[in-house]
Amino acid sequence: MNVVEVKNLSKTYQMGTVLLHALREVDLQIARGQYVAIMGPSGSGKSTMLNLLGCLDRPSRGQYFLGGQDVSDLDDTELSQIRGRDIGFIFQSYNLIAQLNVIENIQLPMFYQGVADIHSADRATSLAEMVGLGERIKHRPFELSGGQQQRVAIARALANDPVILLADEPTGNLDTASGSEILTLLDKLHDEGKTIIVVTHDPEIGKRAQRTIHLRDGQIEKDLLN
Amino acid sequence: MNVFAIKGTIKLGLKSLWMHKLRSTLTTLGIVFGVCSVIAMLAIGEGASRGVKDAMTRLGSTNIIIETVKPPDDEITTSDTSTINAYGLTYEDADSIRNIMPDVQVIVSVREMPAEAFHKARKATVLMMGTVPWYTETEPVTITRGRFLAGTDMKGELPVCVVDEQVAPRLFVFEDPLGKFIRVGENAYKVIGVVRTGTPVGFDNSYNGMKAKTASGVAGNIYIPLTTAKSRFTDMSLSLGGATGRNIEKVEINKIIVKVPSFERVLATRDVINLLLEKKHQKQDYKMIVPIELLRETARSNRIFKIVLGSIAAISLLVGGIGIMNIMLATVSERTREIGIRRALGATKMDIIVQFIAETLLLTLAGGAIGMTLGAIIPYFVQKFGQMETIVTVQALLLSFGISAAIGLTFGLYPAYKAANMNPIDSLRHE
Repeated sequence: MNVVEVKNLSKTYQMGTVLLHALREVDLQIARGQYVAIMGPSGSGKSTMLNLLGCLDRPSRGQYFLGGQDVSDLDDTELSQIRGRDIGFIFQSYNLIAQLNVIENIQLPMFYQGVADIHSADRATSLAEMVGLGERIKHRPFELSGGQQQRVAIARALANDPVILLADEPTGNLDTASGSEILTLLDKLHDEGKTIIVVTHDPEIGKRAQRTIHLRDGQIEKDLLN
Repeated sequence: MNVFAIKGTIKLGLKSLWMHKLRSTLTTLGIVFGVCSVIAMLAIGEGASRGVKDAMTRLGSTNIIIETVKPPDDEITTSDTSTINAYGLTYEDADSIRNIMPDVQVIVSVREMPAEAFHKARKATVLMMGTVPWYTETEPVTITRGRFLAGTDMKGELPVCVVDEQVAPRLFVFEDPLGKFIRVGENAYKVIGVVRTGTPVGFDNSYNGMKAKTASGVAGNIYIPLTTAKSRFTDMSLSLGGATGRNIEKVEINKIIVKVPSFERVLATRDVINLLLEKKHQKQDYKMIVPIELLRETARSNRIFKIVLGSIAAISLLVGGIGIMNIMLATVSERTREIGIRRALGATKMDIIVQFIAETLLLTLAGGAIGMTLGAIIPYFVQKFGQMETIVTVQALLLSFGISAAIGLTFGLYPAYKAANMNPIDSLRHE
């Protein structure tokens, strides 16, 4: 079964008088449990693809089914709920909230889904343990290394057990050692059956993924299974 | 939003405010002062109107009080030798008021004479008040022992007296004052009653003679029949000092109290009396006090006072509100990225609005709480050092709580709206 099904998806931006075609009639299916890397040079439409897949933006034309639901025409509130419930974001710069500690950061997506504090605290603790930060649940982001912060971000992305994990250059800000720890963690999540979509320049990630999709000029240039 | 979410939102808000302690504190100052002045204003206003009400009950709203005053100095002929300086209200004045207006309820004439009173070896400086039996109808005196002066005392010009509770213990230590004699000058007066005088507070100090009494160390009052006073005391009093050496002052009556039958006729009666007295007196040696007018005047000045304080409060609340809005706008733009993150993690626009309004509300309510505390303390000091009665009411506290909440909502709305409507993609890229 396909958790992501994109049909004829286009996105155009109006830049002054010029119409910019960021994505042109893209068709894409991603099966449950797949580990996909989306690659391509800058300006190829990677970011636009990420924003659309992450329900941060709406397509100009075409349809997007996430977990079987058509999300192309949902309003802002519905999209917010989809983001919180079905998508786990992992960002290049971790994007933890500075005034919250590890456990509170992991709780945040559950908070917005209306999960009671006591329940979300339990789940957040076990997620922190799973990513190897069980000892540091009361630490604030600035007290953690980049690799540790990214692991908190991954735990946070898993909080609501989303349909897809959507990562944007997850190792971009990390040194090789921490970067490879993060990739190992992603491998492990993949082994557990998570659907992972990574947008990246990093060929290392491309090699680890099951499938690499190369974008160029807003279209799929190559779609390879490793 | 459920209960957990509200709790969580408040927790988040507190954390964010705690991150910028100094900023949060300074931001709330405007609200603190605003709320503080609202409460102080209401407390002082409430106290003032209570004071007026009290004074009204004490003076009586249908009374007209006419008092002898010393005319301006330039009208007194000065010379090296002694002069007799006669001024003030006379028995004739009292009589003619009585004659011209028969339906005027009570006319109380009062003569006040400072004197030394003796009982055995004990001595007290007192104010001898020559007055009439119906004095108690217009003045706040209550009989605690014996009786007050009666008509027969007046007719017979009897040497009897009534002492107040301030004088009694000075002259009688272990004895019952009733039936004992007090010596004043060459005369002795039999004590027939003890009265309690109302403790005068508030603005009427100036015309019940209280200030003058305390200043000259007078212990209290001794009341004797007016007729007795007329026959036993001369109309002269001797005062020493001044550039001219000796002055002899002649005052017949110090105070006449007129009780008008109805409320509506007070001002007209005052005008009639004024016409009458103007004809008889060349010098401005009397003054008329109409409690009703005082009430009106006080009410007017209270209103002005309230308007002034109210404007100060309104302006400082407005400035405080604008300050809060300014800081919240700065906070929103500073936390653009955080807003983007929250949106990506599932926060709806409404969640963001609620979060920022909650923070603004926390700021203003904290400011309001501090302001309420200060506002409750300041009137206390005003009362202690400013000799003004103040009353802090629960309504005032609730009102200022409401005002701080309203400011939080009003001035928090725009920043929150702005935060909620930021594009999540752009906010996430914001550095």
